Amino acid sequence: MQTLSFKHTARNRLPGKKDKAIIGVVASGNLEVLLERVIAGSECEVDIATPLTGYDETWKAVIADFVERFSPGGLRISINDGGARPDTVFLRLMQGSALMEAE
Amino acid sequence: MVDWQSERRVRDERLKAGSKFAKGKIVAPKDATALLEAVVRPGDRICLEGDNQKQADFLAACLAKANPKVLHNLHVVQSGIVLPEHLDLFEKGIARKLDFSFSGPQSENLARVLKSGKIELGAIHTYIELFGRYFIDLTPHVALTVARSADRDGNLYMGPNTEDSPVVIEATAFKQGIVIAQVDKVVDRLPRVDIPGDRIDYVVETPKPFYVEPLFTRDPASITETQILGAMLAIKGIYAEYGIKRLNHGIGFNTAAIELLLPTYADKLGLKGKIATHFALNPHPTLIPAIESGWVKQIHSFGSEVGMDAYMRARSDIYFTGQDGSMGSNRMFCQVAGLYAVDLFIGATLQIDLNGNSSTVTTDRIAGFGGAPNMGSDARGRRHSTEPWLKAGREAADGNPQLARGRKLVVQLVETFSEKMVPVFVEKLDCIELAEKLKLDLAPVMIYGEDVTHIVSEEGIANLLLCRTAEEREQAIRGIAGFTDVGCGRDRKMVEKLRARKIIRRPEDLGIDPLDASRSMLAARSIEDLMHWSGNLYDPPNKFRNW
Repeated sequence: MQTLSFKHTARNRLPGKKDKAIIGVVASGNLEVLLERVIAGSECEVDIATPLTGYDETWKAVIADFVERFSPGGLRISINDGGARPDTVFLRLMQGSALMEAE
Repeated sequence: MVDWQSERRVRDERLKAGSKFAKGKIVAPKDATALLEAVVRPGDRICLEGDNQKQADFLAACLAKANPKVLHNLHVVQSGIVLPEHLDLFEKGIARKLDFSFSGPQSENLARVLKSGKIELGAIHTYIELFGRYFIDLTPHVALTVARSADRDGNLYMGPNTEDSPVVIEATAFKQGIVIAQVDKVVDRLPRVDIPGDRIDYVVETPKPFYVEPLFTRDPASITETQILGAMLAIKGIYAEYGIKRLNHGIGFNTAAIELLLPTYADKLGLKGKIATHFALNPHPTLIPAIESGWVKQIHSFGSEVGMDAYMRARSDIYFTGQDGSMGSNRMFCQVAGLYAVDLFIGATLQIDLNGNSSTVTTDRIAGFGGAPNMGSDARGRRHSTEPWLKAGREAADGNPQLARGRKLVVQLVETFSEKMVPVFVEKLDCIELAEKLKLDLAPVMIYGEDVTHIVSEEGIANLLLCRTAEEREQAIRGIAGFTDVGCGRDRKMVEKLRARKIIRRPEDLGIDPLDASRSMLAARSIEDLMHWSGNLYDPPNKFRNW
């Protein structure tokens, strides 16, 4: 099991009022994402636990792209990965932020 | 003295040689190999149907048992290399040369035998191209066909699996070739006549029914949420945007996802009756929920699909059916329909390069083309207009609007990575290297980039019609290539500019809720669900029954 952490500055606070959401499942090729609105609105922190090594650059690119496209300011995101492909990771992050944007 | 009837004479000789194994036209199964050794001659062009679905499997096995000292140097000209026996012919030295179209299930074996040098490859064709050549320079001397039943005069009933047979038999029989049919049963009276008996020379009643590959069955249980997201993008960003009513879907989970989202997601968008009403399409079981929900008006099919017979019989308003009630397919007619009479083709591929060229050939897999290059090309002979066709033409046109013509929408729907994290987007197609290695004149490109109008991945839609330079085109493709090396190599500023011009559209640009990209959005989530949707008329093949 490998852990990775990323800290980003977000353009904006993610809109919405929900303070916590969880999406996905820890299964082979899938992942579970926990999102918590617990940090400053200009920050985004992502912690990843993954069984696979050697994909650091891919994770870095996926998280950076997600922050760029969705500006998830204020969120701490914890990923429990089951060896998901980057497209699945990105979809779960999109889904998680959609849940957090709910009023 | 010129002999203008030499082909008839040769035909008479062949029939005479075969006659000792036949009673009238009927040949016993045990004599089939001897019959083939008697009527086929070394160097003959031969077709063993050999379609992509039904197989003259018994005759293929009998031919593979022939003595290579008697039968050798055969030139196989057929659409599908589907059975192991088709390749055994080359490994045993019975056949030498090959011209074909499609090799789905044998794609890995074919690559292996090609590399061993036992096949002299003519070309990998499209279906109508190969059958076109049947009438010019690749006319078969012998065709081995397959039918459900025959009468003693050789009339054949093929039921829903008519497929390639009418064109194969016409080309062979009218040029004095020999046509041999394997049939499940010899009967007194046929439900309908698909092939007139005077085109059939011999009939072999086989010990067991012919094999049909269930090529178009996709189990909804295997559809991923990434595929669902891609399908939502296609529906909202292309089908709705252009008002696509007349279309063809390729094989695969991506297009199966679209079919299963019509009665749910597309319905929510208010698109019923506005999109996806008329299809050139094999009888995909995954279209059943859309048919049952009243989305689909009409379907013409290239071939049939295992388990769909009773359903199609009961839905004759939707399918083309004979007076006996059963469906009739025809590969040539449906290919022509797909070429000239639909406004959109959408299909998947294994590799796409920076120009939008795509290929299903990789160094260890030669799957051939089938109909995709025809479905996936702009028919420049088309002269009737529809709104989607004109809109696509307007988007592409830079020149004189008075001479603007339409464009067929040719859409590649892919995931950025295929199984095992193999990137779909690549700098250079594997087929180019393969063409060099095998000394092919042409790299087997499935769809040329110049014909592709849109590429859809889970990251977004690239509209290539709106690109004005090669650089824009490359960045439009990189801009939806996700986290592949090609995607990571994008010029971010330029991609944002393309997005502002709607050349690239992301799910969030189209107002797509990512929470809709859920398996619960599929109208059917299993084969069993499809069966229930059909009122139990759909009878899935055993390999798809897991309950």
